[in-house]
Amino acid sequence: MNRQRPPPTIELATVMLLAGLLALVCASFFSLTIKWGELFTADALRSSLEFLKGFAPPELAWSFLTKIAQGTLETLSMSALGTGIAFVSGIALALPASGRFGVAARPCTRLMLNILRSIPELVWAVILLIAVGLGPFAGTLALAVHTTGVLGRLFADALENLPAAPETTLRINGATPMTAFVYAALPQVLPQLMSYTLYRWENNIRAAAILGVVGAGGLGQMLKYHLSLFQMQQAASIIIAMLLMIAVVDGVSFWLRRKLTGN
Amino acid sequence: MMLATVPLHHPDPAWRGRVTAMAIAVILLWPMLVASEFKPWILLDAQSLKATWHFLGSFVPPAHSREFLLMILAAAWQTIAIATAGLALALLGAIPLTLLATASLSVSLMESGHMRLASIFVRQAARWLLVLLRSVPELVWALLFVRIVGLGPTAGVLAIALTYSGMLGKVYAEILESSEAHATESLLKNGSGRLSALLYGALPEAAAELVSYTTFRWECAIRGSVMMGFVGAGGIGQRMDESMKMLAGDEVSAMLIIFVLLVACADLVSAFLRKRLG
Repeated sequence: MNRQRPPPTIELATVMLLAGLLALVCASFFSLTIKWGELFTADALRSSLEFLKGFAPPELAWSFLTKIAQGTLETLSMSALGTGIAFVSGIALALPASGRFGVAARPCTRLMLNILRSIPELVWAVILLIAVGLGPFAGTLALAVHTTGVLGRLFADALENLPAAPETTLRINGATPMTAFVYAALPQVLPQLMSYTLYRWENNIRAAAILGVVGAGGLGQMLKYHLSLFQMQQAASIIIAMLLMIAVVDGVSFWLRRKLTGN
Repeated sequence: MMLATVPLHHPDPAWRGRVTAMAIAVILLWPMLVASEFKPWILLDAQSLKATWHFLGSFVPPAHSREFLLMILAAAWQTIAIATAGLALALLGAIPLTLLATASLSVSLMESGHMRLASIFVRQAARWLLVLLRSVPELVWALLFVRIVGLGPTAGVLAIALTYSGMLGKVYAEILESSEAHATESLLKNGSGRLSALLYGALPEAAAELVSYTTFRWECAIRGSVMMGFVGAGGIGQRMDESMKMLAGDEVSAMLIIFVLLVACADLVSAFLRKRLG
């Protein structure tokens, strides 16, 4: 007997879920009152074209290019320092968050890491501007704080997933907890920590490029400055510089990954 | 007598490498510290300590008057709506571009072993468009759109739509290309159209992965739409920017709490959707 299988049925719950998603999308469009009419009138199109034409040609004067190079260097330094600080403080917080300083410290540190992580760099930058004033230092700290949350949590998970035997052996033989960590756990887990950190650094370069729009230094701050003065040609050069920087970082990381994984 | 000459610490066989690495790190670090104006002592400056202390002090208690909470809830909904509408528009852009960019849906490649010149051209053009769309950060798109369409959520929606159609298009094409191509190939070889090959061959294989990536991006879009508020693209970010400029710490802390809750909820919803649809 070759019984034909019944056609696949869609569960009622799935239908309801899809309907709910559709309703969410519709509600979003209705509540936002986007003026599509105004966007696509001939007038609006003409003014947008006018706006876009303002970008060409990009400013290429030598003095401006050196300024851009300076901004790029600033952006790269912000991201590197921010990630470096986050690496150190991430390990420091991962120790209690992986339960190495008692049962009570673990949930408390994890909660703190979650809060650090769920507030984006840009919001941290705006808050830190009040403490340290305008400039790249605020951006560096903002990157460091947010990345500490991200890395701390990843590090803690990595430390918890380690085989416990080497560290326990050292502890049983009388080593202090820190010595056991440094000589047993750290060497095992360090490659993984480094790869997480490099990955975050790549992300942070991108984040550092735009952090400046709130005044926290780097290329973003230049972009915001020239856009608010309606100097479109300068803005165009800065956007191109950002794109180039991101492309180079992408390329280098792709190449490194290929090298390291040996494909 | 011998014992006295034994050094207290074990000699480190790798000390040359370590010292060199440290020296190089310091040499590299110095210009970076200068370029990023790294001056931690600013944090301990009396005046900035006072300002920080004053601002942080006004964080408690968070603002909780009725009209403020209603305003915040409206702004939070606007943030969600910007992300959702932007992602919906991004899908409208990403799906056709995916169809163009996916190499495994190429008919000419399968028949003759190499693509037709015109298809190569169209496919590369679609790929470069995707690259361009996603390399410009969403915040920069938002800055530009605020100049064109004025302050408000429209700029945010358009910025998310453009950036995310680039990201979705690229990843969709990668997912479709890396999934099992057998069904698609058989359909195409037996004369079905590209669209039906996609619907009946490629999609069932890849649907779970596509859905889970899309919900992940929705989550990112919510975070992105908060950030875009700081350049004037509406939602809770714009309100936070205003309160921050007035140094109204109680409002800022209330908004931060709402924001953390919002992200946590988006996290839960997207995890649920992934489990349910994936």
